[in-house]
Amino acid sequence: MTPVLEGRGLSMRYGDLQVLTGVDFAVSEGEAVGIVGPNGAGKTTLLNVLAGAVRPSAGTVSFGGRDVTRTRPDQRCRMGVGRAFQVPRPFGGMTVLENVVVAASYGAGLRGTALYTKAVEVLDDCGLTELANRRAESLGLLHRKRLELARCLATGPRVVLLDEIGAGLTDAEAAELVAAVRQIKVGNTAIVWIEHIVHVLVQVVDRLVCMDTGRVIADGSPGEVLGDAVVIDAYLGKAAS
Amino acid sequence: MTDQWTVRRSGRATKISSVAMVAFGIALFAVPFGFRTDVVQQLTTLCTLLMMAVMWNVLAGYGGLVSVGQQAYIGFGAYATIFLTQHDVTAYLAVVLAALASGVLAVALAPLLLRLRGGQFAVGTWVVAEALALLVALDEDLGGGTGVSLRGLNTIAPDWRRAYTYWLTLGFTLLLLALVFLLLRRRSGAAIQAIRDDEEAAASLGVRIMPLKFMLFVLAGFGCGAAGALTLANTLFIQPQSIFGVQWSAYMLFMVLVGGIGTYEGPILGAILFFLLQDWFAQYGAWYLIGLGAVAIAFALFLPRGLWSLADDRLPFRLLPVGYTLRPAG
Repeated sequence: MTPVLEGRGLSMRYGDLQVLTGVDFAVSEGEAVGIVGPNGAGKTTLLNVLAGAVRPSAGTVSFGGRDVTRTRPDQRCRMGVGRAFQVPRPFGGMTVLENVVVAASYGAGLRGTALYTKAVEVLDDCGLTELANRRAESLGLLHRKRLELARCLATGPRVVLLDEIGAGLTDAEAAELVAAVRQIKVGNTAIVWIEHIVHVLVQVVDRLVCMDTGRVIADGSPGEVLGDAVVIDAYLGKAAS
Repeated sequence: MTDQWTVRRSGRATKISSVAMVAFGIALFAVPFGFRTDVVQQLTTLCTLLMMAVMWNVLAGYGGLVSVGQQAYIGFGAYATIFLTQHDVTAYLAVVLAALASGVLAVALAPLLLRLRGGQFAVGTWVVAEALALLVALDEDLGGGTGVSLRGLNTIAPDWRRAYTYWLTLGFTLLLLALVFLLLRRRSGAAIQAIRDDEEAAASLGVRIMPLKFMLFVLAGFGCGAAGALTLANTLFIQPQSIFGVQWSAYMLFMVLVGGIGTYEGPILGAILFFLLQDWFAQYGAWYLIGLGAVAIAFALFLPRGLWSLADDRLPFRLLPVGYTLRPAG
């Protein structure tokens, strides 16, 4: 399968700190890839590079076969790269509906009735219909996370980049989130999902990538990666083995 | 499930109130035929304040660009009018051209100032205003530090002059209100607020940040330039230290915060309240400033969302709708 979003030889350096070193990463249409690894492994930086929020020191990013390394995040979003942040970043002074409207009108380029239909649909999918007219700053953590996901989906993405959207949720809440992410997959949208809650992640992903100190140390089916001795040593620890 | 809901922008009551507001705005053109000339002059002052409040609100309240240097455009608009009349341009045409020139000044300053964020932007705008004030004060042709009078209007009978100035000011006020309404009503309105709340997140949703900030900045430059030029046409005399004074920023901030920041209607209420307070407190000398300060503190403590929030929380509809609401279909 041809990858929809691909990074080749990605390196990132902040002063003396090397955060990514020659990372190759690709995700194909309809595929769900999980990224795991200890804190400081470079997972979020990789997502930032793929989303265009930071430009890599070396390497290229391509989307649909086209080199997009030098494009801005807003351009990448309009091409079809959707992103949900680790700490939800709602537009607090606007309502939940208006948050989604921004995403659907700018990210997906929808207008008029098509825009409103999309907004209503995404709110329903993410269980936010009842809260649509509430100001986003008044939402609790679970609803903020749902809004983060709803906005990302409203941009009509071909790939979604999810950064620890399960962090801080109870098991029941995380289960709801898994159901929502599964819905995304049904639509043939590719998923790249960073998550520390591995048992949540493996319910959805087809492939797992483990990173450590800015490098990819394992890449394969969830079973293979979680059984890999290097991964156990670097990330899961002895308790898991 | 999804077909049970629909997105509404305005209901029937809202449409009626919007038409009523527009009709009221147009009816205000008749004031010089029915009221004394000092009332006309006072209303002109109120309109210039309203223009400033609306411009500062769109810039800071909606766009998150907190400027303490809008007096740069107020002063520039006034002095550009002086400059143009000195070069034989008719005074009222000079006012219009000066407003446009202020917009051009904003276009020129935008690449420099829009690189700055938050506090840096605020200080940067103030520095520009002070620099412009110094440049003007050094120019003897523009009257230097002692000030200069607007020539060309003294040939018109005072009553008609005040009426003309009022009509032009009201025209500009309604134009700016209409421009801001269109800007907020279109999809750009939601994007501008998104940028205010979180620029990076807005970009991640496909919003191109710079053109929108640029548009706001130039609109506010144009509007404040017009307010400055019209202030001159109303008072006929200006001095650099007062027309470029930071007190204008304090007034704008007061009107917007007291009226309701980030709402369409709030700054209009704020401007009216400020105008009345100015009138009441004026006879008390220095107490005037203390009074204004006390009112601002009272609002910050007890009504942080401003006067308009009192009406907004109770009205079942919006006077001029710029947002989106989810309603049951049918």
